[in-house]
Amino acid sequence: MTPDRILITLGGVAVVGFIAWFFWLKRTPGVKASIVSDGYQEQMILVKGGYTPDTIRVASGRPVRLLFRREETAACSEHVVLADFGKSAALPTGTVVPIEFMPGEPGEHEFTCQMGMLRGRIVVEAA
Amino acid sequence: MPAVDRQAEYRTLMHKWWFAAAVGAPTMVLSYPWLVPGLGNVFPRGSTQLWWLWVAMGIASFAVLAYSGNQFFTGAWEALKHRSANMHTLIAIGTGTAWIYSTVALLFPQVFPSAQMTDVYYDVTVVVTALVVLGMAMEVKARGRTSEAIEKLIGLAPKTARVIRDGAEVEIPVDEVVLADVVVVRPGAKVPVDGVIVEGASAVDESMITGESMPVEKRVGDEVIGATINKTGAFRFRATKVGADTALATIVRMVGDAQASKVPIQRIVDVVSGYFTPAVLILSALGFVIWYDFGPAPAFAYATIVAVTTLIIACPCALGMATPMALTTGVGLAATHGILIRSGDALQAAKKLDTIVLDKTGTITLGKPAVTDVIPAPGFEVDAILALAAAAERDSEHPLAAAIVEGAAERGLTPLQPTSFEAVPGHGIRARLGGTRVLVGKRAFLEAAGVKAAALEPDAARLADEGKTPVFVAVDDRVAGVIAIADPVKPDSRAAIAALRKLGLQVVMITGDNRRTADAIGRAVGIDRVLAEVLPQDKAHEVRKLQLEGRTVAMVGDGINDAPALAQSDVGFAIGTGTDVAIEASDITLISGSLRGVVSAIAISRATMRNVYQNLVGAFVYNGVGLPIALGVLYPLVGLLLSPILAALAMSFSSVTVISNANRLKRFKLVEVAA
Repeated sequence: MTPDRILITLGGVAVVGFIAWFFWLKRTPGVKASIVSDGYQEQMILVKGGYTPDTIRVASGRPVRLLFRREETAACSEHVVLADFGKSAALPTGTVVPIEFMPGEPGEHEFTCQMGMLRGRIVVEAA
Repeated sequence: MPAVDRQAEYRTLMHKWWFAAAVGAPTMVLSYPWLVPGLGNVFPRGSTQLWWLWVAMGIASFAVLAYSGNQFFTGAWEALKHRSANMHTLIAIGTGTAWIYSTVALLFPQVFPSAQMTDVYYDVTVVVTALVVLGMAMEVKARGRTSEAIEKLIGLAPKTARVIRDGAEVEIPVDEVVLADVVVVRPGAKVPVDGVIVEGASAVDESMITGESMPVEKRVGDEVIGATINKTGAFRFRATKVGADTALATIVRMVGDAQASKVPIQRIVDVVSGYFTPAVLILSALGFVIWYDFGPAPAFAYATIVAVTTLIIACPCALGMATPMALTTGVGLAATHGILIRSGDALQAAKKLDTIVLDKTGTITLGKPAVTDVIPAPGFEVDAILALAAAAERDSEHPLAAAIVEGAAERGLTPLQPTSFEAVPGHGIRARLGGTRVLVGKRAFLEAAGVKAAALEPDAARLADEGKTPVFVAVDDRVAGVIAIADPVKPDSRAAIAALRKLGLQVVMITGDNRRTADAIGRAVGIDRVLAEVLPQDKAHEVRKLQLEGRTVAMVGDGINDAPALAQSDVGFAIGTGTDVAIEASDITLISGSLRGVVSAIAISRATMRNVYQNLVGAFVYNGVGLPIALGVLYPLVGLLLSPILAALAMSFSSVTVISNANRLKRFKLVEVAA
C-alpha cells in the first residue's frame, strides 16, 4: 500500500470514529428543571435546529411543565411529541407553548419533532 | 404551519429554485464544453479562456450556495450544535465538498497528481442545490394539502351570530356570544354555537360535522351544533356551549392532537432515523476510502464523487415523513366523515381488529324502547299492571323503565308516587306503593323473591322470540303480568353489520336482554354471536374474555355506561348523538349515531395504515437500493457509477413521492353502506 493510501485509510477510520463518538456516544449531563412557585418543575426549551437544552433532568412524582419556544420557520420542528406521556403540541413560531405531564418511575423518555429528526431527552430521577 | 406561512415559504423556495436553475442550466453546459458541438473549439481543455470560464462558474455557484442553498448550511450548523445531523447536514456537506474540491482544483491544480483530476464540479453544486430546493418547494405545497382537512374544519366556524340583547335582535361577532344567550337562526343561516332549541323548528344540515348527508329535523328541546346549516325553517336556541367548548372547537383540537401523535410503528422508525444520518456520513467516508484505495484513476476524483453522491442520495426525510404524512391525511379524512380518531395508537389498533362487539341498546337499536304488549295474569287488568309498573319504575333511570312510564302515559294513566323504591341493577325494581308491594324485572328476580311466574313463561318466550324484552310484574307476591318492550332496530344497522362482516370481522352483540330476545334481534340484523343476559358491570369482563381467546376486540357503545368496556377493548368506539359526544372514554368517536361510521372508521384506518406501510417500505427500499448504487457497487459489475445530479433528482423525487402517496388517501372512496 502506498503512503498516500495508508494516510487516507487512517484518516477515514479516524473520521468514522469521530462521527460515531460525536453523534452517538457523547452525552450531555443535561439541565435540571427548576421548581417554580406553583410546585411545578419548569424548564424553558428553545427550538431552533434542535432543542436547547436537549436533556432535561426532572424528579419523579412532581409535575413538570416544559415551555417550548420555537424560533425558526423550518417545517421540521413545527410539532413536538412526548410519545411516552401521550402529549404533543403545535409550536407556532415565536410563541411559548407549555406542555405539562407527571413523570413516573425513574428512567429516560425522548421528545422529538413529528418526524423524529430533532430529539431531546427527559431524564426522570428518583425524588 | 398556517396556510399564509406555507405560501410565504413556498414563494421563497421557488425564488431560490429559479435563481439556482438560471445559473444551473449554463453551468451544466459549460462544465463540459468539449462535449458541446462548437464550444469545444472556443474553450479547449487546458486553455486560459476555459480557466476564466470556470472561475466565473465558481463565483456564480458560490452565489447559488449562499442564496438558494443557505438553509442547508444554517440548518446543518444548528443541528451540529445539538450533536445531530439531518438532511441539511448531508446536502451541505455534499454540495460544499463538491464546491471546495472544484475550487482547489481550479486554483491549485498542482496539488493534484494528474491533470484529469482538475475538472470542476460546479454543475453538481448548483444543480443539486436547485433540485433539492425544488423538491422542498413541492414538499411544502404537498404538506399543505395533507392538512387541508383541519383547515376546512376551522373554516366552518361562523363569524357572526344574531342574538337577543335587551329584547332586540343584534348581530355580534361569534366570540361575543355568551352562555344562555338566545340565538336567532334564520333560514339558510349557519348555527353559530352549540345549544338547545327554545322556539321554532327546522331541518338542519349536519353533514359537515356528523358526516350524515340527510338533514335532521329539529324541534324545541333538541340540540343544535355550531357550524351546521339551517335549511328552510327558523328557530331560536339557548347557547349551551360557546368559544373553545363548542363541538367544532373540540373536534378541531382533537384532530390536531391526533395528527401530531405517533403511530406505534413510528417508534421503530424513530430509532432507525436516530442512527440514519450519521450512518450515511460514515458510509460516505468509508466509500471515499475504498474508492481511493481500490478504485480506478483518477482515484481522488472518483472517491470524492462517490462520497458526495452517497451523501446526496440518502433521504432521511422520506423515512421521517412516511408515517406522519399518512397519519395527518388519514385523521383529516376521517374527520370530514364525522369520525374522530384520537391518536395514532387507535389507528394502528383499528387496523388489526378481528372482532367487534356491539352494544345492543342505542348502537344497533335506536335506544328508544317502547311498550308493545301487556299480557295480564288471570285476575289482573292491563291498565292496572301498567300503572303499577310505571309507579314502581318512575324514579328508575333504566331505559326500559322510561319505556314503561311513557307507555302508561300514552294510555292516560297517572302512576302513583312510590313510598319506597329499590333498584337492583341488571335484575329489577322493588317498590312499595302504599300497602302494595310491587316487583318489576326478570323472571329470576321475581322467583328469587318467592314469586311463582312459570304460568306466564310461554307468553314471555313468544314475545322474546319476536325480539321483544319481556318484563315480569308481581303484585303482593303474585305474578300479575308480562310487559313486552321492544327497541326498534336502526334502519341502517343490518347493512352496516353486513359491511363489517365483509371487512372480515366477527360481529358480536352484547346485551342485558334475555337469551331469546337477544337471539331474535341477532338473527334480524345478521349477527351470529350473541352475548345475552350480561349485566352492565360485566360488559368489560366479556370483552376481556374475547381478548383472552386471542382476539383483537373493538367495542362499540353509546357512551357513559359502556365506558369500562370501551376502555377494556383494544379500540373503543363511542357512538355520539349530536353535541354530547362521549369523547374522553373512547379511542374513536363517531359524531353521528349510525353504525355505518364504524365501517368507515375501520376502512379509513386500514387504508391509512396501508399507506403508512407503503411509505415506509418505499423509503426503506429507496435508501436500501440507492445507497449501495451511490457507493458504486454496480461499478465492478456493469461499470455504472451514479452522478450526484441524478442522486439529487432521486432524493427530491423520493420525498415528494412519500407526500403524494399520503395525499392519495384523500381520494379514498368509502364503501357506501345502503341505508
